[in-house]
Amino acid sequence: MAELTLIEAVNQAFAYEMRDDKDVVLLGEDVGVNGGVFRATDGLIDEFGSDRVVDTPLAESVIVGMGIGMAAQGLKPIVELQFMGFIYPAVDQIINHAARLRNRTRGRLTCPMVIRAPFGGGIHAPEHHSESTEALFAHMPGVRVVIPSSPARAYGLLLAAIRDPDPVIFLEPKRVYRLGKQDIEDNGEALPLDSCFVLRDGIDVTLVSWGASIKETLEAATELSQLGIDAEVIDVATISPLDIDTILDSVTRTGRCVIVHEAARSFGAGAEIAAQLASEGITSLLAPVKRVTGFDTVMPLYRQEDDYLPGVSRVVEAVKQSMEYR
Amino acid sequence: MQDSEFNIETIEALDTEGHLQRPLPEGLADRDKLVDLYQLMVLSRVFDRAAINLQRTGAMGTYPSCEGQEAIGTGIGFAMRDDDVLVPYYRDVATQIHRDVLMEEILLYWGGDERGQNYQRQSQDFPVCIPIATQSCHAVGVAYAIKYRKQDRAVVTTCGDGATSKGDFYESINIAGAMGLPVVFVVNNNQWAISVPLEKQTAARTIAQKAFAAGIKGIRVDGNDPIAVYAVMIEALERARHDHQPTLVEALSYRLSDHTTADDATRYRDAQEYDEARAIEPLIRFKRFLQNEYDWSDADDKALYDDCDDRVKKASEVYQATAGQAAGEFFDHMFAELPTDLARQKKAWLDAVKHRG
Repeated sequence: MAELTLIEAVNQAFAYEMRDDKDVVLLGEDVGVNGGVFRATDGLIDEFGSDRVVDTPLAESVIVGMGIGMAAQGLKPIVELQFMGFIYPAVDQIINHAARLRNRTRGRLTCPMVIRAPFGGGIHAPEHHSESTEALFAHMPGVRVVIPSSPARAYGLLLAAIRDPDPVIFLEPKRVYRLGKQDIEDNGEALPLDSCFVLRDGIDVTLVSWGASIKETLEAATELSQLGIDAEVIDVATISPLDIDTILDSVTRTGRCVIVHEAARSFGAGAEIAAQLASEGITSLLAPVKRVTGFDTVMPLYRQEDDYLPGVSRVVEAVKQSMEYR
Repeated sequence: MQDSEFNIETIEALDTEGHLQRPLPEGLADRDKLVDLYQLMVLSRVFDRAAINLQRTGAMGTYPSCEGQEAIGTGIGFAMRDDDVLVPYYRDVATQIHRDVLMEEILLYWGGDERGQNYQRQSQDFPVCIPIATQSCHAVGVAYAIKYRKQDRAVVTTCGDGATSKGDFYESINIAGAMGLPVVFVVNNNQWAISVPLEKQTAARTIAQKAFAAGIKGIRVDGNDPIAVYAVMIEALERARHDHQPTLVEALSYRLSDHTTADDATRYRDAQEYDEARAIEPLIRFKRFLQNEYDWSDADDKALYDDCDDRVKKASEVYQATAGQAAGEFFDHMFAELPTDLARQKKAWLDAVKHRG
């Protein structure tokens, strides 16, 4: 058992799985000698060698496309894209190939690959380093989109993603990479994909979030409890395919739902959750589903990024508005 | 580098009249082998024309013809070993047939049925790639896996001349060079990317010279000459397998067809240029060669064509007799296991189908 940050948990999951499975190969820009710009792969080249921890040229499309070829041969590539803002040259490969290889060959070739990218705002990074565009990928059939929100879930979900026989886009909320530590036993136990995690039980309102926003959502729940409002908090974790059942089950009990995400509001993953609640849970709802999100603007540079990000007070305010419906 | 160094010689074995210009490569030095080579070209041509007819009569969807490019696919097919891996584009009928992809499977795919890419006798080759140049990247990954496992195999990937304008092509040849991967990139330079001719595609005098920027070997070959293509591919594949050195092969040819059955090349193609290209196409030349050197008779030729006609007819019959996929089958291959919500979508769809009767 060791106390680990989220980024250390990512590193530990890699090391565990690479010791266990020679087919696991890491590749990306700066992942080798430098250990990744966030140190996710720190030290791994020393233990596993440069043919398993591969520094690639600076070319995102071929990094992902090459992963597809490796996966089709039965390797389990884990490719790192340095920031989500630089994933777009590889979107063609993700959507047209990784997501479809199993389908278009009727299972003859498959793509057991993990595509990792740090994402989200709040670390005063330069332009193009702070966006949250998970909905782009959640909309595409054939890929899983998984987002951890704590060191333990990073460890367990990453192991699950590596072992999954299909492509997983694993988005790491870099704002909480080093925010807190958790005791993690390095036992190789994966957490389930396609499942939400209920982080806090409550009876008055359901708060749904993922990634770094889980932090503000939990803080809001604490603040709300001082106002006598008992919030349930759900970490969606796998954005797609969505575990709507856990959310529906909660909202059936609470009758109220506030969704919190960093990404722009329109057509975001929150919209899908709200739509499903409307179509499957309308009779349970006591109040309109609220969304507390980023805005439909370009992510501001860092002096204004805190205005963009959904903070605790915006979440608390939305819940208060929800509670006004009787 | 001096400009003159960009003058890359085009490797030829047969001249346009079918006269052999150099000794036959070892693997092709007997009549039977050469007839096999010719047979694959003819079979591809006959298949291609049958496929177009199926489309024209409404029995198949849009199809991209490979007429004129049969020698490239044939040379590649004969040079590859069974355990090498092909990562093709969509005019590689000859190579695919030679590598045990069934003709009825090719028809099934263009006939709108995904099962046509679940090749029953070819487990490792990639399916045809529709988005341009993206397959180059997959070939690099397959080559990495081969090298990682220290296997004595190589990868061949193909594309057209238009694809060499794309980032994926450059990224792939570059990374293959940087990592030293066992892969051969073959560009079918058929002079056209739909309606855009090569001179609008690039100011580079050759496509082969693009290899220089990636630090890999670039070769130019007469793509209407299957013997030359074979010889070049044997050499490139050996370099890939033994030295882990990638090669870019530019195979010069001409697209004697429309881009696809949905295209009409007379809108943009000069008639005289087309006639000139047709005069030097690979099948005519190779028949002359067999006549010149191996007493190939018109009767031999007719027998060969008849045999190919029969095989293609049988494949077409199998294709047309293939039962459709089960209702809702398209849900089943998104993931190894059907996710909960997708299972519900499938059930709702099947219930609705049942309800409608």
